[in-house]
Amino acid sequence: MIEILSYPFMQRALIAALLTGLIAPAVGTYIVQRRLSLLGDGLGHVALAGVGLALLTGTAPIPIAVAACIAGAVVVEVLRQRGKASGDVGLAILFYGGLAAGVFLSGISGVGAGGLAQYLFGSLTTVTRDDLALVGVLAIVILVTTLGLSPQLYAVATDDEFARTQGLRVRLYHIAVVSLAAVTVALAMRTVGLLLVSALMVVPVAAARNLVRGFTAALICAIAIGATTAVAGAVGSFYVDAAPGAFIVLLAIAVFILSWPLSYVLRRRRAAAVLPEMADDDELVAPHTITENHPHRHAPGCGHPAVQHGDHTDFIHEGHRHAAHADHYDEH
Amino acid sequence: MLLDGSSVLAADDLTVELGGLPVLRGVSLSIRTGEAVALIGGNGSGKSTLVRTILGLLPHQRGTVRMFGSPLRSFREWSRVGYVPQRSVALLGGSKVKEVVAAGRLARRRPFRPLHRDDREAIHRAITLVGLSERRNADIADLSGGQQQRVLVARALAGQPDLLVLDEPTSGVDLEHQRVLAEVLAELLSAGAAVLVVLHDVGPLGDLIDRAVVLSDGRVIHDGPLGDLGRHHRRFGGHEHLDHGRTSDDHGGTAGSWLGGAVEP
Repeated sequence: MIEILSYPFMQRALIAALLTGLIAPAVGTYIVQRRLSLLGDGLGHVALAGVGLALLTGTAPIPIAVAACIAGAVVVEVLRQRGKASGDVGLAILFYGGLAAGVFLSGISGVGAGGLAQYLFGSLTTVTRDDLALVGVLAIVILVTTLGLSPQLYAVATDDEFARTQGLRVRLYHIAVVSLAAVTVALAMRTVGLLLVSALMVVPVAAARNLVRGFTAALICAIAIGATTAVAGAVGSFYVDAAPGAFIVLLAIAVFILSWPLSYVLRRRRAAAVLPEMADDDELVAPHTITENHPHRHAPGCGHPAVQHGDHTDFIHEGHRHAAHADHYDEH
Repeated sequence: MLLDGSSVLAADDLTVELGGLPVLRGVSLSIRTGEAVALIGGNGSGKSTLVRTILGLLPHQRGTVRMFGSPLRSFREWSRVGYVPQRSVALLGGSKVKEVVAAGRLARRRPFRPLHRDDREAIHRAITLVGLSERRNADIADLSGGQQQRVLVARALAGQPDLLVLDEPTSGVDLEHQRVLAEVLAELLSAGAAVLVVLHDVGPLGDLIDRAVVLSDGRVIHDGPLGDLGRHHRRFGGHEHLDHGRTSDDHGGTAGSWLGGAVEP
């Protein structure tokens, strides 16, 4: 472990992997909640157009990919909000248009489609200082937004009509989420690659939902799984000389597969813990009937036969059962 | 504090078209402080469309809506409005009951601020009011349909609204909990809030209702005390044998038919 950290390129690689592992599930939680799991995949195609443009103009690819991705995401979201993206055809045209433009532009730039491979599958070890600075700043923006605005983003993702009646600017929040997803995808082209980033947005979220209950708990758990698998994958790939992006995604999927039987066990344990409170549930138990005006105090040896009933004692009283409850007796 | 009898909601001459077809045709509706108004009508009569238009969820082609005296477009005091939509919890699965209810406080919260103590108390009170405090940490997907409906009621109550709009809050809820809902609404009304409730059957909420507005085919065909519906009922010939009117739209604009046996002629 120490020897890894002695290489500057590995230091940068690990930090970049960690940041990707943190932000992808943070944004992914809202994307998955809105049933847009494949959005990240589509945005990856659009990012390629940005890379193609960067290759053609000889500029840094990440900033241009970020811009292209945000533009694509906003177009998709606006089309969806106006009800014009029905049938997914509009989305498909946009996404494949991005892929074709990327290949086309890289071709005429002289680099060729092969030059895109490092962005499709990531190249963690070639992350530069400038890349890392940009990734760091944007990761902070994404984490602050997804965690700080989580009550608002949660309401908008789960019930946007109700959110509107709370005065939230729902369209703005929707556009913000897809824009954050776009930034995440574009940043991840250096780490796990454009083809695999969507997995890191979806798989940790799915695993977290198996393991914990509640939206906030799942959000935190997904981020933890994403960060852990990203760093572990990056370290592991150094030792076995494998592609880090693929390693990271395979690890995340392994966690998801393990979460399946684990969720079964957890559910059973929770169900057992819930049982006593289920007994209070309206659907299982007759309504609470209070014995009217009962001056007699039941006690062991009071003359009424005592019967053990669950966790308390009932007293048989003229053919029915009385159980002490606060200052009165219940009919049992 | 609200002025007694001041206008909470005033919709005038609303016309709404969906997909080119008129769903509301010149509907007017007003609600005052402390008033409980039932919106009644068959499937497709425009009840939900009216409610959603009033809340600004659907655009209207003609007419005006004023909320607490302000035109809807410039209305900002959303914390005064509570909305209970028709049960639609598809995307809410994976949330705890208390997380869903907490969303009812958002109009009172600023971005990037954690829950205030007042928020926690209001959330807790709302969950207790609908009788779900034992289930506050349960996944909403694990609750029964009636319990899910009560969670949505609690979410609207958590915002401590001056106007509560409920879209068929009693569907799928057993009689006992309909009575609980009636008690909760009675308490809100006595505190000066106004209630607009879409109903299929009047049921235990009947005693609270000051006024019934009956919609048929996008028009108001009755606006007055609930008891007056009996006269319409007789005049239109009635369809009291229909199962609480759920199939009565086919029969067009009869006022009493949706009420079935719920209103005594």
